[in-house]
Amino acid sequence: MMWFNFAKAQSFMPTQGTEIAKQVDNLYGFLLITSFIACVLVIGGMIYFVLKYKRKSDNDKTAYISHNTALEFLWSFIPLVIFLAVFAWGWYIYHGMRTMPKDALEINVLGKQWAWEIEYKNGFKAVNEVVVPVNTDVKLLLTSQDVIHSFFVPSFRIKQDAVPGRYTALWFRAEKLGEFHVFCAEYCGTSHSGMIGKLRVVTREEFDKYMEEGQEEGQLPIAKRGEKLFALKACASCHSVDSPAVKVGPSLFQVFGHEVVLEDGSKVTADENYIRESILQPNAKVVKGFPHGVMPTFQGQINENELNALVEYVKSLK
Amino acid sequence: MGHSSSAHGENYINCEKGLWSWLTTVDHKRIGLMYMITVMFFFFVGGVMALLLRLELFAPNTVQGVGQVLKNGDVYNQVLTYHGAIMVFMVIVPGIPAILGNFFLPIHLGAKDVAFPKINLASWYCFMFGAALAIATFFTHKIDTGWTFYTPYSIRTGTSTVLMVLGAFVMGMSSVLTGLNFIVTVHKLRAPGMTMHRMPLFVWALYSTAILQMLATPVLAITLLLLAAEKLFGVGIFDPALGGDPVLFQHFFWFYSHPAVYIMILPAMGVVSELIAAFSRKVIFGYTAIAYSSLGIAAVSFFVWGHHMFVSGQSATAGIIFSFITMLVGVPTAIKMFNWVATIYKGSVSFDSPMLFALGFLFLFAIGGVTGIMLAVLPIDVHFHDTYFVVAHFHYVMVGGTLMALMGGFYYWFPKMFGKMFSETLARLSFVFIFIGFNVTFFPQFILGAMGMPRRYFDYIPNYEALNKISTVGSWLILTGFLIGLYAIVQGIRKGEKAPMNPWGAKTLEWQTSSPPPHFNFDVEPVVTAGPYEYR
Ligand code: HEM
Ligand SMILES: [Cu+2]
Repeated sequence: MMWFNFAKAQSFMPTQGTEIAKQVDNLYGFLLITSFIACVLVIGGMIYFVLKYKRKSDNDKTAYISHNTALEFLWSFIPLVIFLAVFAWGWYIYHGMRTMPKDALEINVLGKQWAWEIEYKNGFKAVNEVVVPVNTDVKLLLTSQDVIHSFFVPSFRIKQDAVPGRYTALWFRAEKLGEFHVFCAEYCGTSHSGMIGKLRVVTREEFDKYMEEGQEEGQLPIAKRGEKLFALKACASCHSVDSPAVKVGPSLFQVFGHEVVLEDGSKVTADENYIRESILQPNAKVVKGFPHGVMPTFQGQINENELNALVEYVKSLK
Repeated sequence: MGHSSSAHGENYINCEKGLWSWLTTVDHKRIGLMYMITVMFFFFVGGVMALLLRLELFAPNTVQGVGQVLKNGDVYNQVLTYHGAIMVFMVIVPGIPAILGNFFLPIHLGAKDVAFPKINLASWYCFMFGAALAIATFFTHKIDTGWTFYTPYSIRTGTSTVLMVLGAFVMGMSSVLTGLNFIVTVHKLRAPGMTMHRMPLFVWALYSTAILQMLATPVLAITLLLLAAEKLFGVGIFDPALGGDPVLFQHFFWFYSHPAVYIMILPAMGVVSELIAAFSRKVIFGYTAIAYSSLGIAAVSFFVWGHHMFVSGQSATAGIIFSFITMLVGVPTAIKMFNWVATIYKGSVSFDSPMLFALGFLFLFAIGGVTGIMLAVLPIDVHFHDTYFVVAHFHYVMVGGTLMALMGGFYYWFPKMFGKMFSETLARLSFVFIFIGFNVTFFPQFILGAMGMPRRYFDYIPNYEALNKISTVGSWLILTGFLIGLYAIVQGIRKGEKAPMNPWGAKTLEWQTSSPPPHFNFDVEPVVTAGPYEYR
């Protein structure tokens, strides 16, 4: 299949992280070449004819050719053969994509507005970061908690919708170490374009270490636990923490201990209680310039311990 | 000329005067013009939205400057939704049939009017009412679902989905009425000697479209009503939280919307057949093949909807079948392309502006077509689905195809519709800007899609910046092109030279009556003795 590389499919495509990605690119290269030839024939033919048969005078005589059965048969038959060939080739690759390997490492992925929640078999949870070992079959079991999302890894040429109320799945076998983008490809509202995760391919040893560390999380310092929660509850998808840049909601950078202007013009100082209230009843005090009702309430969804950790974390954003 | 009434300068425009005479008219020509004005208005609104979207995408949100015209993701999503819904339901779908079809289908057949002139007027009011409902959402809670209304998002979002969906429902009704009118007109009102096989290909295309409109639109209507019922009364149909199935909505939606893409393109193909024949002064190559392939496409297009759902969770087997059938619809589309090119062969080709638009159509539709085939190949679509590649594909076919044909047809029939000539120089200049601008805007989007940029994105990673910038600059070129075109049209209507009966030397019936035509189209009912493209 070397000659398809002429099409330089990869130069416009992201890195090929898997074997399937290479197969897809070969087929894409073939499609690019045949499409290019087809366009040159049709568009080139058109341009050639219009120039050659340009009107010379208003009384030009034109040929009267109503049809030509042989020609028409040919230009129906040849496209049909090409279309069926690429269909079959596509089917072959698709079959590989859709046949789930046995004994794959299974990871659960939950899409929610606007983050990916990852859960490993040992109960370790992470957000917006999938860590997988290299050269291992991995199967992602997808679902969604609210609306439809779509898990898309351009470098692996795979995509699958995460649908609420059912499981869907995809698999891959990463061959390259490194970090790859995960996009949400199904429109899901306000922060659809911010729902970006990463897929980190590491060595087997690093993966095992990562799993172990995950389990020791309970012993972390309190602000560190808050930081994890901040990611886990997807606060990070709407609030920036390391600069005053506004995402969906106000930045939390250097908020603690400072004055905040509310929508009615009044001012409050951001103390522990203010932060607590903002988490539990986000609409009680809305910062000037931000719409009501965008932030979901976390009342009843996090316990006191977690709340402490979050408040501690916000305090640490100096 | 020299006939009775038109000799006295009486025509459909000046035979009655005043706004009221227009609002109550049942003349298909006047109704066509009324559609023209409304569609142009919606095109303007949708176009402004498009420019805003492109401005916002000029730079990623981390960069200050022009790229930050829209306040936040919600506003972006609203603008995106109105842009899509307006352009699809109020511009591209009604465009050619309601403007050019209304005006020329009866004349092409040698008839005095459509079969049901009052229903024809009713369909315009229906359209306006639906559009008003849809636009009313703009003043309540602006909708943000995207033009596809996917569930459960459309059910959960706090915006006026129901009102919007009712608007689309009512506009669908108008589309059904127009379809009905056209079908009956074709069967019942052909002039003596006008056999089915002597009808211009434009009429054949409208006829196939009408069948699609009548069969497919009710499915959309039912789907939208179910959606409204679910949202208003909590009936569990599509939302899993209520025990429904969100993917079912996608099946219903595309069962309409794939045939609908042919509702959008078949009339354009009809226009292009007329233009190529007229400006090559040559009989169309493969009349029968083109006429019947329209019908064939119409029939098969009902069985390919699943190609929009390859990664939705539908079964792999379903995906394979849909991919296969999509390949089959590709063939008649390819055949038409070859037929048009073959028609130019040994013709006498002029480069009048309508022909430029027709050639532009062939150029852009070729690219739209081959990328459609790519998208129909399963694993390729897995990567491209919901990326900018798809966005580029459908703009190549809907703008590069349908809109180019609409513009070409409009300039072609302008002398007949208004009895005036437009400035050829301006029209060509407009074409050049639109054509170049279009490619500058949308070609980079193929590459963006290949690189993995998903669609409906308010913001993007820095890798995508350069191509997005180029694309935005292209949108300004398109804007310039349309402004020039608008000026050419207004100036032509106001002070254009008087148009002769047949400025292009074409053979179809509309060119055998005066410009503009009299109230009943022909002073004497024409008797047809030959096909529509007898250039010998
Ligand atoms: C050779 C003919 C064509 C083929 C094989 C084809 C194939 C496809 C495929 C497979 C998709 C799905 C891509 C995806 O969502 O991942 C698609 C999308 C689309 N096509 Fe085509 N297409 C063709 C012509 C047309 C024409 C003539 C039109 C309309 C004038 C059209 C309008 C659209 C639209 C609007 C979408 C995207 C809808 C959306 O997701 O918002 N296509 N096409
Ligand atoms: Cu389709």
